[in-house]
Amino acid sequence: MTKRELVEKVRERLQDYPLKDVAFAVDCMLEGMKEALVRGERIELRNFGVFSVRSRDSRMGRNPKTDKEVYIPTRRAPSFKVGRELKKIVDYGKDSHGL
Amino acid sequence: MTKVDIIQVVHDKLGYSKKDSATIVESVFDIMKETLASGEDLKISGFGNLVVKEKKARKGRNPQTGEEIEISKRRVLTFKSSQVLRRAMNRE
Repeated sequence: MTKRELVEKVRERLQDYPLKDVAFAVDCMLEGMKEALVRGERIELRNFGVFSVRSRDSRMGRNPKTDKEVYIPTRRAPSFKVGRELKKIVDYGKDSHGL
Repeated sequence: MTKVDIIQVVHDKLGYSKKDSATIVESVFDIMKETLASGEDLKISGFGNLVVKEKKARKGRNPQTGEEIEISKRRVLTFKSSQVLRRAMNRE
């Protein structure tokens, strides 16, 4: 499912809202979440999971094409830990209460 | 950041009431969950992909007792962040 299909699905369920408003709302949500991660903030979504920011140490890497050693500086990477409820329902719909 | 803050963002930018903003935000997360529960991946451009992976059954061992156990096949959720997001997080 792409972002566009997600918007269409939400709109099917919320027919009182114009499609363009739903689309804009989804963009606002994702932009807000992205900005939080850029600030280094965690995003805690109950029954869904947690997006957090991890630091990766600098290291020496190697360009596999040229075989040259390159320095990879410290960097930040997003990480996602699935929440208990979502983990259960993804695993063959085991214990799918709450849906 | 929690769901309340995300609702606030939608309220501020879209100008919808808190209640209407909450309705939309809740529906978005509900549909995301239902999609993933059905085994379908979520591809959110500019943010990342939530991918449902099938894990085969395998033999495991209880590290405490050394007893061999069967780990049944299962499905797990993985997140692959978008390069756009990773770049934004590492801009000086």
